[in-house]
Amino acid sequence: MFKYVKQLTSLVAMVAVLFAFTTETMAAKKSKTLKNTQKKGFVRCGVSQGLPGFSNADAAGNWTGVDVDVCRAVAAAVLGDANKVKYTPLSAKERFTALTSGEIDILSRNTTWTLSRDADIGLTFVGVNFYDGQGFMVRRDSGITSTSQFKNGISACTNIGTTTELNMRDFFNSKGISYEPVAFEKADEVVAAYDSGRCDTYTTDKSGLAAQRTKMTNPDDHIVLPETISKEPLGPVVRQGDAVWEDIVRWSLNVMIEAEEYGITSANADSMKVSENPQIKRLVGSEGELGAAFGLDNDWSLRIIKQVGNYGESYKRNIADTGILPNRGPNQIWTKGGLLYVPPAR
Amino acid sequence: MKIKKILPQLLTLLFIVLIFGFFTMNAQENMDTRGIEFGFGFLKQEASFDIQFSLIDYDGSHSYARAYLVGLLNTLLVAFIGIILATLLGAVVGVSRLSPNYLIRKTASFYIEFFRNIPLLLQIFFWYFAALRALPMPEDAPLLLNSSFLTIKGLYAPAPIWTNFDVFFTTLIIAIVLIFFFLRYAKKKQEQEGKRLPVLLISSAIFIGLPLLTFLIGGVDLSFSFPVIRQMSQSSYTFDGGFKIPPELIALTLALTLYTATFIAENVRAGIQGIGKGQKEAAASIGLSPSHVLNLVIMPQALRIIIPPTTNQYLNLTKNSSLAAAIAYPDLVLVFAGTAMMQTGKAIEIVGITMATYLTISLVISLLMNWYNKKIAILEK
Repeated sequence: MFKYVKQLTSLVAMVAVLFAFTTETMAAKKSKTLKNTQKKGFVRCGVSQGLPGFSNADAAGNWTGVDVDVCRAVAAAVLGDANKVKYTPLSAKERFTALTSGEIDILSRNTTWTLSRDADIGLTFVGVNFYDGQGFMVRRDSGITSTSQFKNGISACTNIGTTTELNMRDFFNSKGISYEPVAFEKADEVVAAYDSGRCDTYTTDKSGLAAQRTKMTNPDDHIVLPETISKEPLGPVVRQGDAVWEDIVRWSLNVMIEAEEYGITSANADSMKVSENPQIKRLVGSEGELGAAFGLDNDWSLRIIKQVGNYGESYKRNIADTGILPNRGPNQIWTKGGLLYVPPAR
Repeated sequence: MKIKKILPQLLTLLFIVLIFGFFTMNAQENMDTRGIEFGFGFLKQEASFDIQFSLIDYDGSHSYARAYLVGLLNTLLVAFIGIILATLLGAVVGVSRLSPNYLIRKTASFYIEFFRNIPLLLQIFFWYFAALRALPMPEDAPLLLNSSFLTIKGLYAPAPIWTNFDVFFTTLIIAIVLIFFFLRYAKKKQEQEGKRLPVLLISSAIFIGLPLLTFLIGGVDLSFSFPVIRQMSQSSYTFDGGFKIPPELIALTLALTLYTATFIAENVRAGIQGIGKGQKEAAASIGLSPSHVLNLVIMPQALRIIIPPTTNQYLNLTKNSSLAAAIAYPDLVLVFAGTAMMQTGKAIEIVGITMATYLTISLVISLLMNWYNKKIAILEK
């Protein structure tokens, strides 16, 4: 009899151990990317080769920008430290291959969300962190103030491998204007060629135009035309097939946006733990068990807000204060008339 | 005994097949899990992007296959021009390096040492951005040869407008064939009767005379459309009419030519120096003039040394032309392995096609050069 009891307890213990293991690492087990990231100790993040305000490295190699902040938020949530990110600068041409081949785990590189990219090539877009649109830059002394003044034979510098190339064709065709597309692989060469006078206009996303204008020999000699010829919702991308990782990246971004909506900042996040508002308490982790769904602890969102800040802080730090686009335009919280409207974190 | 010979080869073959099999399976599995489909159907889809410079009729409404062809032709164009110019320049510089004239000799060797030792990509950037900085805007461009303009936006030259071009072209081909037979006849005559016909005079007469005749009786006509400047806005101008060569093509050709010519020049020098001194002295002693010594005795033998390494340089030039992507010249890599790959996401298929294309171009060049090499090799009797 005693023998059986002993056997039974060991069996129960084994089952319990097994269960403990399965519940604890359920999410991690399901997500190869999460497991690998935790093992490596850093988030592998694909960024641009230098776009001020979005992802740009300073002389010391420190990356800043709103795109960079998405990766930092994920690192804060998953690893507890926003600085544990390894950045891989990618050209427009390389970016998707780098992601699908597993060289990086998040692509946060001013990438436009389109149907064919989302459905076709093994990628999943998790959200929008910047609402943009394609525009044109011209030299101020050309006297052009609107795209309606464009004439036949205009030469337009741009990047290859972007939606820009396709929109440009649609635009000029619909206007019946003949044009010369001059497409470079890297943004720096586009800027250099346009700046030297090779092209009459430079076309890309308006945020990109505003950012690149700061790199011109004489920024005041150039103006961005008011027309917007396309919708360019830019957002982070992950590989298809890892739903847990996809959720982590999506909600890391959403937490930043929702934190701004509820007025939680990096400075006041700790004091918000005792807020009256249950939604605020959920966001700073003093109520509910939101992190458990991803296999994370309950302070994951608090760490994002404290270490990276809310979306508004990120925008101010990277885009407004640097003089790129002081006006938030559509990139404002929905309650203040913008387009930033994310599902509730609850 | 036989098994001993065959077994290692069989094992090697098996090994290669297994490796390839593994890579294929691995790629397939990874693509499956990521929801990427493999296939070449995209080639028929509309490309929907425009290309700056094309030798054939193309716009975004054509297919990806057509865009591929545009890129391929642009690559072949720059390789073809580059090979011809690099050969000419290389031959001149190579001979100059052996010149008894100090200034010529030193200039040639300085040129070689300078251009051979700077990375090609840097040279391409240098020529492109230097050219862009140095060239005038269209409105300031001086008139060249009373017909052309060299501006920052490219070289605008008069465009030929043909009527009955096919008649002219056919006649030109006939003229070339005629010259070929005439040369054979002249050579035979010289060998048999020792008589030398005025070969150069007669061939040029055929080459120029026959096509000219078509203008008189074949209804062929040629006129030119000259580039005319037009204002687009307060500060920007462009040219209408004429024929336009983009600055990207000019810079790329220049860089490739100057770089590759240094290697060819060294091959030429090595070839000439590889011929024994006795040959030159013997030729001189039977009374041949210095130019005859070079053309009839030294060069035919030197070519055998020059051709094989020069073939390598031709291949290098062709492959190096893929650096065009850096300066927006729409070659195969920029158009197909760049834009088309991005728009379709078919990385494996497109990189595969591009690799196969370069391989084919290289093999064809090798084949031609090997054929030529065989032709000039010493005939063992």
